[in-house]
Amino acid sequence: MFPPMPDLLAARSQMGVSLGFHILFAIVGMGMPVLMVLAERRWLATGDEIYHELAQRWGKGTAILFAVGAVSGTVLSFELGLLWPGFMRLAGAVIGMPFSLEGFAFFTEAIFLGIYLYGWGRISRRAHLFAGVLVAVSGALSGIFVVIANAWMNTPTGFEVVGGVITHVDPIAAMANPAAFAQTLHMLLAAYAATGLAVAGIHAYMLLRDSTNAFHRRALSIALLVGGPAAVLQPISGDLAARQVARYQPAKLAAMEAVFETERGAPLVLGGWPDLDARTTRYAIRIPYGLSLLAYHDPHAEIRGLDAIPRDQWPNVPAVHWSFQFMVALGTYMAVVVLWAGWVLRSRGRREGGRVLAENRRLMWALVVATPMGFLATEAGWMTTELGRQPWVIYGILRTRDAVTPMPGLIVPFVAFTLLYCFLGVIVAWLLYRQIVRSPTVPEQLWRVVRTGEWSRKTGDA
Amino acid sequence: MEPKDGGRVTLAEILAGVIVAALNAYVLLAGADFGGGVWDLFARGPRARAQRELVVQAIGPVWEANHVWLILALVLLFTCFPPVFAQLSIRLHIPFALALIGIVLRGSAFAFRSYGGQRDEVQQRWGGVFAGASIVTPLLLGMAVGAVAAGAVGEGGTGKGEGFVTLYVLPWVSPFAISVGVFALVCFAFLAAVYLTLETTDRALQEDFRRRGLVAGVAVMVTGIVALALSRGGAEAVQRGLLGAPWSLPLHVLTGAAAVGALVGLWRRQWRWARIAAAGEVSLILWGWALGQYPYLIPPDFTIEGSAAPLITLGLAMGAIVLGGAVLFPSLYYLFHVFKGRASEV
Repeated sequence: MFPPMPDLLAARSQMGVSLGFHILFAIVGMGMPVLMVLAERRWLATGDEIYHELAQRWGKGTAILFAVGAVSGTVLSFELGLLWPGFMRLAGAVIGMPFSLEGFAFFTEAIFLGIYLYGWGRISRRAHLFAGVLVAVSGALSGIFVVIANAWMNTPTGFEVVGGVITHVDPIAAMANPAAFAQTLHMLLAAYAATGLAVAGIHAYMLLRDSTNAFHRRALSIALLVGGPAAVLQPISGDLAARQVARYQPAKLAAMEAVFETERGAPLVLGGWPDLDARTTRYAIRIPYGLSLLAYHDPHAEIRGLDAIPRDQWPNVPAVHWSFQFMVALGTYMAVVVLWAGWVLRSRGRREGGRVLAENRRLMWALVVATPMGFLATEAGWMTTELGRQPWVIYGILRTRDAVTPMPGLIVPFVAFTLLYCFLGVIVAWLLYRQIVRSPTVPEQLWRVVRTGEWSRKTGDA
Repeated sequence: MEPKDGGRVTLAEILAGVIVAALNAYVLLAGADFGGGVWDLFARGPRARAQRELVVQAIGPVWEANHVWLILALVLLFTCFPPVFAQLSIRLHIPFALALIGIVLRGSAFAFRSYGGQRDEVQQRWGGVFAGASIVTPLLLGMAVGAVAAGAVGEGGTGKGEGFVTLYVLPWVSPFAISVGVFALVCFAFLAAVYLTLETTDRALQEDFRRRGLVAGVAVMVTGIVALALSRGGAEAVQRGLLGAPWSLPLHVLTGAAAVGALVGLWRRQWRWARIAAAGEVSLILWGWALGQYPYLIPPDFTIEGSAAPLITLGLAMGAIVLGGAVLFPSLYYLFHVFKGRASEV
């Protein structure tokens, strides 16, 4: 019926598809509430109805994405057991804690999102804004707790293994694992950068068609306010994360950078084809001392190569190397575009800034190009850290193949969930497209604003 | 929980109780949301459209929050009783995976219908998915509970043996497990009908759901008796617990009283009484199951004490529950106050 596929590969593929799907909705669920709250706050501060409209329209998009994120997150929490019961049996007591906390944070998020989305006009404006703030805070906390659990899989602490059994469990020490800080910071910034620049790109596209549109100008400025600083800070947090990986996960670093030989003053390898048999990376650009400098801030630091790792514990080197490089390239582009926007905006006020940005067609095109980049970079970064940990599910403790469920025929749920997610992905994309581009309510709403005379009074530049 | 041998209630037992309480909340809240899907499917007559709209309006602001009770029960289960979570996940992989597909389709369909445009064909298509998934999911979750209660999921249970079907299929397709699935679905539909009488001030709609509630209430009794009868061959341990323990007679009397009270409340149009009695009835049934299989989480071999995580984990989980609860309950109160306060005050 199906082509043969080993159960372990099917389970890993299903987990990968599920996470890859959910992570998009998770980061939007972290980023969008911040945008909505900022728009709403400006509405309350200025009385400018366009911000009100903006907060409501962003809210509608968020509602769809949050619903899909909530249910795909449920799938993941079940899949931890459905696919990896060996992992949960061993690790549940050690690392269940952040999942439990995430449960409560997610609960708070769901409650206040319901209040935010359905509460317009039912509760006071201040209470409504505060509900939005709580959604943003609890959304960020949910993400932080989940990534703490993932960081523990990379740098497990808070227990001892005695004769194959986990003892001396300390869930607090497990949460305070070495990778936790760098990884959560990197993920949080990724969420804001990806969401902010995606929204900015969409509105930049609309401004290319009509650069005087006050609605899209305001939307762009808020989106850049959220995405911009995050995109610029992201390379710094990436440096922090990479130095932590160099210290605690040498196999992952070696695969990311395609380093085959342990050496001092290691070069930075850009691009290239990692040839596993010849143990070298062909056709790559090498920057002398680059890697030692980046990983340890010391040009002569020793980098452990794959030769220091037993062959059966190598991750998939080309996949990890390319994912990592792809992420870095996208992140660099995003940071550069934001710096460019900052340069264009230098010392301009908010109102004039909106005009200067919107009329810079090259910058608008550069932002349009950046629209999907944050999401692609997040996926690539996720691939880097997950593929880079293989063959371990808990680094150095439990192999992925020993964690998988004994139930055979795992290709069936893999195919089923993949089809389900493809189906949902197409529909969500179509609905958002409709919401953004073709929704007839925008001109009508704007028209109403124009008619009441608020347009010229409030915007001044129409 | 029942203290054992006159001893103190342990932390593990309290946490098991919290998990059952979270499931209780899931059944009362999300269960009714599933039930709303059933009435969406059975919307009939001149007010079919109004009935559907009432369901959407009642579920809209709260279904995501209601859904999280399941996630909470799940994460507490794998934190506090990891071997139980692993065992359930292995042996009940198929019904859980199918229920997950149902959960995904139902939630997405609901959001798509609410935000996907007002055209009739869009509404109909997603309405159909929503209703279908609302029926399949409780059925499967109920079958999984039935399989656990029957002792078919434990290592030494009736499901022992070799072969894919014996290990992964038979436990949850036994007549008893299926009867529990149907029972769960009927209970959810009953809860939804009773709650919906309080969601509207339209007399005619109230009458529609009164009639549905009365029919479903009788169906709860009938399917409940069928499940109990099948437990004779399917879930003897639980049945012994349910019928033989010192608390079983008062529990059955209370459950019966609540069942009758809910029907009388509906009959006499005392909607609030009916709601309290119906929620009480379904809660008592759930706790009856939980107490019936005490001290086992999965009969016949996974006990509460034997599967518990180390004490430090349990203590921290308890701390998280207390802290989380301090945030959660005021927030939930506010949510329901904002969206459910108005209709019920009228």
